[in-house]
Amino acid sequence: MNRRADGTSHGPAAGPVYGLADASAGDAANGAEPVLLIRDVTKVYGEGEATVRALRGVSLTVERGDYVAIMGASGSGKSTLMNIIGCLDVPTTGTYLLGGVDVGVLDEVRLARVRNRRIGFVFQSFNLIPRMSALANVELPLAYGGVRAAERRLRALAALGLVGLSDRVGHQPNELSGGQQQRVAVARALVTSPTLLLADEPTGALDSTSTGDVLAIFDRLSLSGRTIVVITHEHDVAAHAKRVIRLMDGRIVEDRRQAPVDGPPPLAGHRPPTEAMSER
Amino acid sequence: MNALEITRFAVRGLTANKMRSVLTMLGILIGVAAVILLVAVGQGSSDAIKQRIQSLGANTLTVSASFSGGFGGPGMRGGGGGGGPRTQARGLTLEDARAIADSGNAPSIKSVSPVVTSSSATTTYEGASHAISQVVGTYPSYFEATNRPVASGSYFTNQDVTGVRKVVVIGKTVADELFGRLDPVGRNVNIQGVSFTVVGVLKESGSTGGQDADDVAVAPLPAVQQSLTGYGSLGSIVVQATGAEKTDAAEAEITAILDQRHDITGNATADYRILNQASLQETVTEATGTFTVLLAAVAAISLLVGGIGITNIMLVTVTERTREIGIRKAIGAPRGAILGQFLIEATLLSLVGGLLGVGVAVAGSRFTIAGVQPVIVPQSIVLALGVSVAIGLFFGSYPANRAAKLRPIEALRFE
Ligand SMILES: Nc1ncnc2c1ncn2[C@@H]1O[C@H](COP(=O)(O)OP(=O)(O)OP(=O)(O)O)[C@@H](O)[C@H]1O
Ligand SMILES: [Mg+2]
Repeated sequence: MNRRADGTSHGPAAGPVYGLADASAGDAANGAEPVLLIRDVTKVYGEGEATVRALRGVSLTVERGDYVAIMGASGSGKSTLMNIIGCLDVPTTGTYLLGGVDVGVLDEVRLARVRNRRIGFVFQSFNLIPRMSALANVELPLAYGGVRAAERRLRALAALGLVGLSDRVGHQPNELSGGQQQRVAVARALVTSPTLLLADEPTGALDSTSTGDVLAIFDRLSLSGRTIVVITHEHDVAAHAKRVIRLMDGRIVEDRRQAPVDGPPPLAGHRPPTEAMSER
Repeated sequence: MNALEITRFAVRGLTANKMRSVLTMLGILIGVAAVILLVAVGQGSSDAIKQRIQSLGANTLTVSASFSGGFGGPGMRGGGGGGGPRTQARGLTLEDARAIADSGNAPSIKSVSPVVTSSSATTTYEGASHAISQVVGTYPSYFEATNRPVASGSYFTNQDVTGVRKVVVIGKTVADELFGRLDPVGRNVNIQGVSFTVVGVLKESGSTGGQDADDVAVAPLPAVQQSLTGYGSLGSIVVQATGAEKTDAAEAEITAILDQRHDITGNATADYRILNQASLQETVTEATGTFTVLLAAVAAISLLVGGIGITNIMLVTVTERTREIGIRKAIGAPRGAILGQFLIEATLLSLVGGLLGVGVAVAGSRFTIAGVQPVIVPQSIVLALGVSVAIGLFFGSYPANRAAKLRPIEALRFE
């Protein structure tokens, strides 16, 4: 694993966690290049009779700093799209550029590096690794990224602090509430300071208070310039985004902007993050 | 992400399910311990047999009379009592022995000792009585030829032989039975009513195959003939070759001399036979070698079964942790790290199991197993450990590869 990249690709000395505002730092393609460029992507599952066309030609461009909510009925292809964006799955046809790089031609090793450095993924079902403390879970992406133990610990603690879980670092997932687990998952997605934060129904399994916590974190991240794509069923959640995209039967049927890309997210400040953090 | 880190993940994976890890290791442990121990038992018994043969004497050939079709035991047991069956075949005589010794054309022969034996000779010393299982009448060269040094006192001499003196060298068992803690040298014992003076005590040589080699008494040939066996034919002739590589030559020389003396020509069967220590040893070594290989093969099977156990456990582990693998891959674990983690898990299982197996085998080899003192062969340790680690790597690589090759989304969706 490549140690050389430790300090360089994660941003300047200020440290990635403090450097949330400079998500663009260190990226070869500056400003002009969209973070995400999807062209005519289709995805077909199965063969013959059982064929399901989950995506039927989706094209989408996401600029740096945007905060996008993807909505749509169940089965409309949201998760399928998100998994392709997150490099967890490959499209049947079409191209996908991440920060100007065609992901489709990357080999396994590079793909792993892209998942590790460029993308932070938050799952609906948290997907923390059982029997590992919150801290160890958050450290894991850094471990795979080749960051040294001491620095790893500092950054993981900072990320956990950011989601308000400084007092729960030693707890294992089964000793945490759903909301806390999801916040650990967010910390894990953030800790490598990725270009793109992806979340597939991050609040789907949470109550309204925990939902508020997570959304407040997203608002703050967006405020500091991070690019975020969120899948959601809830209008309340979508209201936080700068842009709302609606999928239906594998096609984009609506693309509505709620706030400018370079401005703050529409509901930022409605619920101060400090308040959310102090509850637990 | 360095190797140490991956090893830490592997150890964490193993300790997460201790019972299972321990049982898997047990399989390998038993396999490795069995291989080492069984090879050690094979080696131990082979060593014991070789030692037994060597204790019969170095570079010696034993010539004994062979009666028509007789399938008697090896010549060493002798035709005790001098009253051996007298068929048309001639027994061995002192003249035969002299002919072998005096002949100018036997350069490979170092010494010739004619031997008569008498069994169960009742011997008394003051109140004590003991039946010596074998009284040997011979020449002094017998001691060197049969590799029997004295522990105290000395051998009898050629003068004792020519003078028909009643002197005797006794074995350890005889000394213990008759004299207890007394020093037997210089004391008189009564063998079958004839008084002999003890001049030496043989060094203990241990029992060989149920027969106590220390329950003997060795006296000058004419003295034994006169008082115990009578002047019949010899029990055997012990011939010592000049060197280990000369035994075959010596055998040929003896054959030439005896054939001539016994008028054996052409296809006629000889009325004597020669037991060659070196060729006997070769045969026995071969046989015990086969025996050891057989034991090792049986043990190797159990090692293989242990290996299959590892595959099984690794498959279960990988299946059970597919989701975890998916998560790890989703956050950027490279294929090498996943592959490494599971390979190291499998290797650790087999290595730790193997090392424990070596420990058990070494501990077990301190005990006598089925009457054999096992002798550990260092190569068997290296081999068993090497094979067990190779098994871990080989059998672990299939599940590990399967885990590493999974696409993240497939792994995450796995139920
Ligand atoms: N692995 C798969 N094999 C076959 N069909 C699949 C697979 N995954 C998804 N599909 C199908 O693709 C379509 C889109 O699924 P997807 O999971 O993207 O929907 P979604 O919009 O995320 O729905 P939800 O809101 O319920 O999560 C569905 O019809 C689904 O049945
Ligand atoms: Mg979905």
